[in-house]
Amino acid sequence: MRNVLRRREAGIALALLVVIGVTTAVQPGFLLSAGGWRDLLLTPAILVVLAVGQAVVVITRNVDLSVGSVLGLTAYLTGRLFMAAPDLPIIVVALVAVAAGALLGLINGSIVAFARVPALVITLGTLYVYRGVTLTWAGSDRIDAGDMPRTFLGLGTRQVLGIPVLTIVAAIVLVAVGYYMYTSRGGRQLYAIGSDPDAAALQGLPVRRRLLWAFALNGALAGLAGVMFAARYGTVSSGAGTGMELQVVGAVVVGGVAIFGGSGTVAGAALGAMLLLTINRALPVVGIPDFWQRAVVGALIIGAIALDRVLANRRSRRLAAARDAAPPGAPPGAPPGSVPPGAGPDDREEATA
Amino acid sequence: MRTHARPWWQRALLTREMLTILILVVAWIVASAVVQGFDGPLTITYLVLDVAPVLLIALPMTLIIATGEIDLSVASVVGLSSVTFGLLYQAGLGLWAALLVSVLLGAVCGAVNGALVAYAGLPSLAVTIGSLALYRGLAVGLLGTTAVTGFPGSWTDGATENLGESPYPVITLGLLALIAVFAVLLHATPFGRNVLDIGRSSEAARFSGVDVKRTLLILFVLSGAVSALAGVYYTLRYGSARGDNATGMELQVVAAVLLGGVSIFGGRGAIHGVVAGVLLIGVLGSALRLEGVTVNVINIVIGTALVVSVVAPRIAGGLRVRRRSAVGQRT
Amino acid sequence: MPNAAPTLRLEGVAKSFGPVAALRSGTLVVRAGSIHALVGENGAGKSTLVKIVGGVHRRDAGIVELDGEPVDFAGPAEAKAAGVAVIHQEPASFPDLTVTENIFLGREPLGRFRRIDRRAMREGARDLFRELGVDLDPDRPAEGLSIADQQIVEIAKAISLDARLLVMDEPTAALSAVEVRRLFAVARGLRDAGRAVVFISHRLDEVADLCDTVTVMRDGEHVSTDTVTDVTPDELVRRMVGRDVAELYPKMPSTPGEVALRVEGLESTGTFHDVSFEVRAGEIVGLAGLVGAGRSEIARAVFGIDRYDAGRVAVGGRTLRPGDPAAAIAAGLALVPEDRRLQGLVTESSVARNVSAVARKRLARLGILLPDVEARLARDWSGRLAVKAGALDALATTMSGGNQQKVVLAKWLATGPKVLMVDEPTRGIDVGTKAEVHRLLSTLAAEGLAVLMISSELPEVLGMADRVLVVREGRIVSELSRAEATPEAVMRAATPGAARSDTATEGAA
Repeated sequence: MRNVLRRREAGIALALLVVIGVTTAVQPGFLLSAGGWRDLLLTPAILVVLAVGQAVVVITRNVDLSVGSVLGLTAYLTGRLFMAAPDLPIIVVALVAVAAGALLGLINGSIVAFARVPALVITLGTLYVYRGVTLTWAGSDRIDAGDMPRTFLGLGTRQVLGIPVLTIVAAIVLVAVGYYMYTSRGGRQLYAIGSDPDAAALQGLPVRRRLLWAFALNGALAGLAGVMFAARYGTVSSGAGTGMELQVVGAVVVGGVAIFGGSGTVAGAALGAMLLLTINRALPVVGIPDFWQRAVVGALIIGAIALDRVLANRRSRRLAAARDAAPPGAPPGAPPGSVPPGAGPDDREEATA
Repeated sequence: MRTHARPWWQRALLTREMLTILILVVAWIVASAVVQGFDGPLTITYLVLDVAPVLLIALPMTLIIATGEIDLSVASVVGLSSVTFGLLYQAGLGLWAALLVSVLLGAVCGAVNGALVAYAGLPSLAVTIGSLALYRGLAVGLLGTTAVTGFPGSWTDGATENLGESPYPVITLGLLALIAVFAVLLHATPFGRNVLDIGRSSEAARFSGVDVKRTLLILFVLSGAVSALAGVYYTLRYGSARGDNATGMELQVVAAVLLGGVSIFGGRGAIHGVVAGVLLIGVLGSALRLEGVTVNVINIVIGTALVVSVVAPRIAGGLRVRRRSAVGQRT
Repeated sequence: MPNAAPTLRLEGVAKSFGPVAALRSGTLVVRAGSIHALVGENGAGKSTLVKIVGGVHRRDAGIVELDGEPVDFAGPAEAKAAGVAVIHQEPASFPDLTVTENIFLGREPLGRFRRIDRRAMREGARDLFRELGVDLDPDRPAEGLSIADQQIVEIAKAISLDARLLVMDEPTAALSAVEVRRLFAVARGLRDAGRAVVFISHRLDEVADLCDTVTVMRDGEHVSTDTVTDVTPDELVRRMVGRDVAELYPKMPSTPGEVALRVEGLESTGTFHDVSFEVRAGEIVGLAGLVGAGRSEIARAVFGIDRYDAGRVAVGGRTLRPGDPAAAIAAGLALVPEDRRLQGLVTESSVARNVSAVARKRLARLGILLPDVEARLARDWSGRLAVKAGALDALATTMSGGNQQKVVLAKWLATGPKVLMVDEPTRGIDVGTKAEVHRLLSTLAAEGLAVLMISSELPEVLGMADRVLVVREGRIVSELSRAEATPEAVMRAATPGAARSDTATEGAA
């Protein structure tokens, strides 16, 4: 139990509760109204999906800055598909958009994995390329609510048992990816790769394949986020999702996923996303103009990585002190030089050999 | 022992930088031949005016990337300095004083980045993504969606007017002076040697007594101050101080630096290559614009150029290694 | 069954890195049910051979066969799949994962729905640790493990692979006597189960104790293979060195002068404790101990690379500011570090830039540094040390280990130091250059330089040092004069739990 409370995720959840509590105290409608409750759950849904995907990439000691552009492209694609074929089942459209996202992620992943170049620079480049493709394709056109089926748009606002559908989608994504990361061999290998890429290669882990898979998964989730975006907002311009990569990376590091890879959880990233957007919505309520939102995001990112460093330093000092307390070689209780039981027979055997 | 393994002309010509310069010359010739009105004096004037901020920021960025770090917050510092300059002017401060305060503020922004990277040991990528948001957020927060305009004509003209009858703007002189300063700093001082050593092996540099932390701090402060200077120029050039000025310019700067032959892994790079890289992007931009191509396509071109400039040397290097080991295979 | 194909057969295996031939002609035949020792000095090519067998490197030429089948591993995964387990010299663990996860990574026991069975995995780790007789928490993160514990985790991992061939590259360098005995018991168990074991060690007593066959390598080539009982330790040393021992360690007598380096009560939590010693001008002081005992860490702290929690360092009577290598250099301290390619040199820089790397500040005029000034200094010093390179602008990465080490020495001698600390000065360099480095150190000491030498090669310490300090678990536990410093005395002081050790140490040269 103590371990659960000590975890980084618990701290973020606590911060989230504090923000909600304070804001609700200022304006009760923030939580205690039908709309307030819905917004609390619905607003972060898209960012949660993006953050879960990004967390997987960051855990491998990489980053994907192109997710905002992938979201824009797939959201626009969703709208165009409905315009071109209004009778297409929603699930088919969604799958096409997810596949398109996975393909874009795969492009990032292949360049990173095969040319072994920093993901930061590559995805900074594809951020502009993917956005440029959307801009060129869309021009000044826009997808409007009228271009998409009403059932699809309904998904963006509908609730089941008081929980918005998009939030349910985000929760399913979170649980599925979280389960994969914690319980599968592949998931643990992603952590190992991020923890020490050279050692991973030396161990003979399929580093390249895992990286491709992580980037493709992230792209697919960004594609899903694009579909959710179209459903939620009803209009898609060529600029949809611009600058979102900052929020996503912010959510992930605030959620305790170390930017150096190897540690953190997708649940933390999801909580980080909720915290970030809840703070954003809370700012105007407590009287701070929303122009300052970006500054808050920036301060949170820097604060979070600085905090992680402080905690890491404290941990390594503690571990160093533990080394002093229990010197290697002597199991506690065994007097120095004593032969532990069981070692004797082999030694005798050797003496006669 | 011989000082050099190759004759001087090979050392001077067979370099990564000369490749960028060659591409620049070819691009210039092709654009002059194909694009209507490219070669005119007005094009040259606008080319210099347009690339000036990118060129300025690319100079300290070259040194930062040469150490293996990166500063993604530069465009946000441009925005913040533009807003500060505008607000101080609006508040009645003299323009020289406003300029000085803005540049100092930029240096402080850089010092914050530098301290977090060098002394707290945080990854520059993460820190400057954070400060990219933070500094831009401060700029937008301070000025909202409004703009400060109405700067005195003597200053705005100074930012754009030409040297006598020539097509070159007055600022060309300042740019050349700064290029010279950074070239000497990187290529002919112990400091510059340390910068490259840090990029090649920061561990080995430390074991040679190089103060890696202080060096990085200095570089980030330089980057912040020069970005702020570029912000003031940007404001005067367009006569308007806005929070969203130069959004996304960090991409152009990083792309230009990498196109200019600076290794993203640190340890190699030269100022003349970077200047050529900046000009190459500028020439491509103005040629495409004159051809009526939209800014979207230009962004696709820049983004692709960025990816290619990072991937191409790796592929070339990989092929070289493979060829060498193939030779080994035979023996 | 002498006619059955050996488990492992290497013949004429060669591997070069750039111009440096790490392995010229590796030949090794290991039979099932035997423990085969592979010995040789640093740089003899043992580790390269191991890495080829383990799939880390790909050979340039030669034959590698497993049970008579020719193999050519494209990566470590293929070697593992073929039944080869390797314990590498430098343990590579994943700090963020738990000890258990480190052991079973990639082959975790699976339960229903291909879900990792964490309970079974933890039990597996417990069993392994019990077999090895160590008390290690399977759930703790690998971060912060001591080198010895990291080595234990590596060993547990290799054993759990249940491979037909187990290769151990200096597994005992960091282990206590108890742990070594446990490891040997496990190795014998594997031998009796019909597996093949390759054992690399610097300690010839261990070889005599554990192995049945011994292969000697020198300068990347096979020298001899014998039954252990057929060859004396002295003969082994002679073959490893390839020349007269006295010639390799040309120590000149010298008279110690003033105290040049004084270290008092140096303390660093988790690393070393209450370290006090002094080095006089003209004296070579050896710092001996197991790998991971804290020798390099002491040198790093003295030089200012790492900070320390308490204590004082003085050079020529002047106290140094902690954590400031530049101040240490200015006071006349020089450190030739342990890892030449990572710390000693900027391998991507030229010879000229490397030689002038520390002196460059002094070379600048009005802040401007001209290439020909650098070149002049570099030509001067590389001439004095007989550095062999194509040109002064040749990159250090293209040079052999011996020449690289000369460049590092040139870099520091160019600063005119009063105290020279050398950490593993001859690791990975050929025997010829080794003798040259020793002669240089001896000459420098005779000229009045104070030298502190850290080395894991006992013969080197004993052959070169006027005085030997032994470090065990971060403390200086013994000081021995040149006369007192026998291999037995040093090993006894260095090994934890060896106070009443009954293992034979007479074999060590």
